[in-house]
Amino acid sequence: MKRFKTILFMLLAAPLAALAAGGHSVPLDKAPVNVSDKESLQRGARMFVNYCLNCHSASYMRYSRLQDLGLSEDQIKDNLMFAAEKPGQTMDVSMPRADGKAWFGATPPDLSVIARSRSADWLYTYLRSFYRDESRPTGWNNRVFDKVGMPHVMWDLQGELAPRHTKQGEHEVIERLDLVKPGSVSLAQYDAMVGDLVNYLVWMGEPAQNQRKQLGLIVLAFLAVFFVVAYYLKKEFWKDIH
Amino acid sequence: MTALQKLLGWVDDRFPLTATWKAHLSEYYAPRNFNFWYFFGSLALLVLVLQIVTGIFLTMNYKPDAALAFASVEYIMRDVDWGWLIRYMHSTGASMFFVVVYLHMFRGLMYGSYRKPRELIWIFGVLIYLALMAEAFLGYLLPWGQMSFWGAQVIVNLFAAVPFIGEDLSIWIRGDYVISDATLNRFFAFHVIALPLVLIALVAVHLVALHEVGSNNPDGIEIKKKKDPVTHIPLDGIPFHPYYTVKDIVGVIVFLMVFSAIVFFAPEMGGYFLEANNFVPADPLKTPEHIAPLWYFTPFYAILRAVPPLFGSQFPGVVAMGLSIVLMFFLPWLDRSKVKSIRYRGPIYKTALALFIVSFVGLGYLGLLPSTPIATIFAQVFSVIYFLFFLLMPWYTAIDKTKPEPERVTG
Repeated sequence: MKRFKTILFMLLAAPLAALAAGGHSVPLDKAPVNVSDKESLQRGARMFVNYCLNCHSASYMRYSRLQDLGLSEDQIKDNLMFAAEKPGQTMDVSMPRADGKAWFGATPPDLSVIARSRSADWLYTYLRSFYRDESRPTGWNNRVFDKVGMPHVMWDLQGELAPRHTKQGEHEVIERLDLVKPGSVSLAQYDAMVGDLVNYLVWMGEPAQNQRKQLGLIVLAFLAVFFVVAYYLKKEFWKDIH
Repeated sequence: MTALQKLLGWVDDRFPLTATWKAHLSEYYAPRNFNFWYFFGSLALLVLVLQIVTGIFLTMNYKPDAALAFASVEYIMRDVDWGWLIRYMHSTGASMFFVVVYLHMFRGLMYGSYRKPRELIWIFGVLIYLALMAEAFLGYLLPWGQMSFWGAQVIVNLFAAVPFIGEDLSIWIRGDYVISDATLNRFFAFHVIALPLVLIALVAVHLVALHEVGSNNPDGIEIKKKKDPVTHIPLDGIPFHPYYTVKDIVGVIVFLMVFSAIVFFAPEMGGYFLEANNFVPADPLKTPEHIAPLWYFTPFYAILRAVPPLFGSQFPGVVAMGLSIVLMFFLPWLDRSKVKSIRYRGPIYKTALALFIVSFVGLGYLGLLPSTPIATIFAQVFSVIYFLFFLLMPWYTAIDKTKPEPERVTG
């Protein structure tokens, strides 16, 4: 009975609390997703192995699947495989899970299907919303994911942002983030790079998605033809009823 | 006599093949005036077959193991040939099963298909609906995502609300103190063997009972009352095969177009068929902020939440939820109207049915949302209407002004 009440409390109260907390949630920017743009996906894959794959795994994704992006097996081996021997291997990390937990407070989540659970827009906004916060152990905080354990991995690209606060009723909220220390690329270039990365994450969430949509058109076209045949067949049979 | 006819004769001497074909297809006389609403029975059968076939192929690569289940689903989605298609067909099929079954049940309500002599068909139908809900619930645990885990946790805990034996009952169901590997294994067994067998058996008796008394129709009159004096064939009846087989093929294709549009272009259906949170592996230590059951359960979930706890126990809500389904069994005896079809019913029944549908859909919508005080009030009003539709039926159907039924089917 006690457990039931706990569950029920979580059921009824947690959403309320979430609503209250989410009252001033950050509006998400629209991610420039186009999973048929292979060049963008290739750039995104490079970003992914360079910046994400050191701590995050993508353990349902095989390197060899990157051939779907128009890359040869040798190109994959030479440019994208740093932590695996064979292209048939999945994208694992060498960092032990316990270390990740000790260093960041939580094991960095697997990213294979992250775009399906978090949504492209959330990822796109999140990766562009890190700001300096000396009160955090890593020195970084995030406007979309407050007190996140992950530091700003791409700070050398984006540079450093600082929050500008404003009063919203009782709460002090972040109005916007300003660039205080430029990175190696402009903010517009950084947005484009994150766009490629998110595009790749969306593709990696379901590598069969382009094939799925192509096949779908063929199936619907077949059914449309079949419908015409079936419709006239029915009409022919039913002539003697009406 | 050709060799084929000889073979058929040989079989017929030993097995009623021709007789069965005639009784259920070529000489089963169905009313000639079936409309749009009569597609959904055969479509439900189609989806059942789709679910069984895709399910068999899924079990070939799925691992019912808490440590492997989530990864095995992704393995199916990525590495198994056509695995993504089979999986999406199965996940879309689950939701579409409820779509066609709800429309099929609504047809029954509109045309009084549950009335004498079809009470047993209706009762078998409600049992199919119950088995289907169990099947869907059990299957939803298998991908072992966050929603699988926490959804199952919430539903199994409903049993814990039963006084005295509740706690033991819920442990017995789970096979553990929490949802775990043991639960996953038994849910898998129930999902792939036990419930499918029950479903198939119930569908069989549903059809046998239907073919014994004959189909109802949009006019709600018995076609068997007006038979040809020589052939004894109902004057308004036509052989199911070929007339309704060719007609149902058209329905099947239209259905498959809708089905394919979802499978190929929107398999997540905006989070209603596949929830975003279920792409996160189950984590017993991390409760999601918002646990919502899948859309087909939400009307009952909203009823559960609408009932206030009594002495700190949620048992009344659980009872109300159970009653909301149990009441359906009594429908044939609650309806006292002189006519069956909505075409000849009076304004009271039409209003009652409209209110009932609005309430059911309204409850379904509210069940998706986090509970707020205003949402709870709406859910309570809708719940009361839902129950009154059944409980007041003997009175409002008896006093309702009906129109005379026609002698023969119309249209």
